[in-house]
Amino acid sequence: MEYYLIVSAIMFFAGIYGFFTRHNTLAILISVELILNATDINFAVFNRFLFPDGLEGYFFALFSIAISAAETAVAIAIMINIYRNIRSIQVGKLNDMKW
Amino acid sequence: MEYTIFILLLPFLSFLTLGIAGKWMTHRKAGFIGSTVLAVVTLLSYITAWQYFSAPRLEDGTFATLMPYNMTWLPFTETLSIDLGILLDPISVMMLIVISTVSLMVHIYSFGYMKGERGFQRYYAFLSLFTMSMLGLVVATNIFQMYLFWELVGVSSYLLIGFYYTKPAAIAASKKAFIVTRFADLGFLIGILIYGYYAGTYTFQPDEMSLLTGGAAMLPLALGLMFVGGAGKSAMFPLHIWLPDAMEGPTPVSALIHAATMVVAGVYLVARMFPLFIGYAPDVLHIVAYVGAFTAFYAASVACVQSDIKRVLAFSTISQIGFMMVALGVCTSADPHHGGLGYMAGMFHLFTHAMFKALLFLGAGSIIHAVHSNEMSAMGGLRKYMPVTHVTFLIACLAIAGIPPFSGFFSKDEILAACFQFSPVMGWVMTAIAAMTAFYMFRLYYGIFWGKENKELHTEHTPHESPLAMTFPLMFLAAVTVVAGFIPFGKFISADGTAYTIHLDWAVAGSSIAIAVASIAIATILYARSQQPVADALARRFHGLWTAAYHRFYMDEVYQFVTHKIIFGCISRPIAWFDRHVVDGFFDFLAWSANATSDEIRGLQSGQIQQYTYVFLLGTLALILLLLL
Repeated sequence: MEYYLIVSAIMFFAGIYGFFTRHNTLAILISVELILNATDINFAVFNRFLFPDGLEGYFFALFSIAISAAETAVAIAIMINIYRNIRSIQVGKLNDMKW
Repeated sequence: MEYTIFILLLPFLSFLTLGIAGKWMTHRKAGFIGSTVLAVVTLLSYITAWQYFSAPRLEDGTFATLMPYNMTWLPFTETLSIDLGILLDPISVMMLIVISTVSLMVHIYSFGYMKGERGFQRYYAFLSLFTMSMLGLVVATNIFQMYLFWELVGVSSYLLIGFYYTKPAAIAASKKAFIVTRFADLGFLIGILIYGYYAGTYTFQPDEMSLLTGGAAMLPLALGLMFVGGAGKSAMFPLHIWLPDAMEGPTPVSALIHAATMVVAGVYLVARMFPLFIGYAPDVLHIVAYVGAFTAFYAASVACVQSDIKRVLAFSTISQIGFMMVALGVCTSADPHHGGLGYMAGMFHLFTHAMFKALLFLGAGSIIHAVHSNEMSAMGGLRKYMPVTHVTFLIACLAIAGIPPFSGFFSKDEILAACFQFSPVMGWVMTAIAAMTAFYMFRLYYGIFWGKENKELHTEHTPHESPLAMTFPLMFLAAVTVVAGFIPFGKFISADGTAYTIHLDWAVAGSSIAIAVASIAIATILYARSQQPVADALARRFHGLWTAAYHRFYMDEVYQFVTHKIIFGCISRPIAWFDRHVVDGFFDFLAWSANATSDEIRGLQSGQIQQYTYVFLLGTLALILLLLL
């Protein structure tokens, strides 16, 4: 089981790293997807190896995938609005709410 | 005697009326209101004196001390409080007469002297304020009430000296007078507080129990400090510096305040505390005498070379008040026959001096009004143009020189007799100062009325005699000066209150008359002619001494040095540096550090989402660590 968890951990931290370092907002969204997929893998793994008699883990992973899809749609809508305002998708340019 | 409250109330109401409504009154109406109120006050003072002194004496031969009013005003403890009231006592009744008479004469005189001046109504308002304050001072029932009115008198003097407030010299003089007397009043206040604590009361009869249990040892200190306050107000050396400069005020003000009434407040204080001085602090009383003698000598020597006639009269006042202080100071007991003669002599001299010094100042005002200048160089030969002023001024000069039958002879003779009773040295010193007095007064007289006439000045504007409003007070005061010497003063006022008949000691009297006549003769030889070869030769021969005396022995420069170099430089400047750099610096530092901290923290609000989530991650990690540990 541990090998699957290592894979999901690598995916999770890669997503976090990408979130902090990427300048392109689409790349940030991709990183967020990576994080969410890593947690889905975690749920599936725990269900198969620790609770083989139930199916709750798989159902929760299904819900999570659906929610992440919805959230991606909303994020894309926000990004389109941002582009319409500042004509750029570099996250460094999005700093009006500062001191 | 309940009507005595009106003696204080009427001038106060007059001050309020003239002060508030003065600008809507004509000059005539304001002067009329002021003078009428003073006339009523004078009448009431005379009625009070008549009633007081014609009442039968008590068994021990003294006049009863009456207190028609005595209201507890500010209580400190159950036993100690500040009262307000009216005390009628031989010296306070005498002072009522002096103050109201001189003030009335000044009110009438100012009608003519201040004619056409801007601020006429304000002038009369301040005169009423001053009269009320001085009357309140002399009838005070306790030392704190006296202090209250003492300060009021100082304020009135400040307002009146600075009457011509557009003139910088007048403003500087009024500030100097107020600050010097206020500085002396610090000593006065400390003395009052020590007295109140150790004597158990602020009235003039201390609580015997408190005194027996240790208070009596502190009483000399308290009385000495009170004398410091009196020395400031009465222009004793070295607190005399304000009085010559105070001559910047209008001349009637100089007559009222700085000759006859306010400057004798210190003498009155010592007289009021006299029983306590004799009983508990006789050495302090002798210090009073020495200070007075030195002041008299200093002022007489400076007066011999001044050229401004008001300055000569100012120094003459300082010198004569020195005489009064000496008279009080040489007393060794309260028995007028053995050692207490000085009390009666000092009070008598206060009375006669007020009259003839006011006369001298009002006469000087008349002269200044005629020649439009204070300097003796603009005068000379004025006896042809101003007969009334001439005769009255001459009477006053003879009185101050101590020539019989004028009043000054009798009072000064008593002072000299008291000094000789104390010690021959003191007696001869004071006789010498009396000779100097006669000399410089006649130098002044000859310089104004005889000598070389200033023809250029007189062709433009011929001097003329003053109007009746100004000459009537001169004539009245001259009449008083002529007869006042014959008042049997000792019957009314003496050191223990019993009647005392004045005997003329012909040894003392004869020597003083001879010396005075000799001084007048010297002055005549030196100054009566148009040319003054002997005087000029003497001035050249003793040039250094003459210049030093002309500059008042550089006392003002000494004060400037002490205040600017020592007090400002060594004390004030370091304290100001400390205040600006250390105290303010501390608060500036606090503000700076708050500012710097917030500058650092502000970087956190960068608007970058990635930074915010980074901080969020760090916080999460910190929490996990915390939970693990």
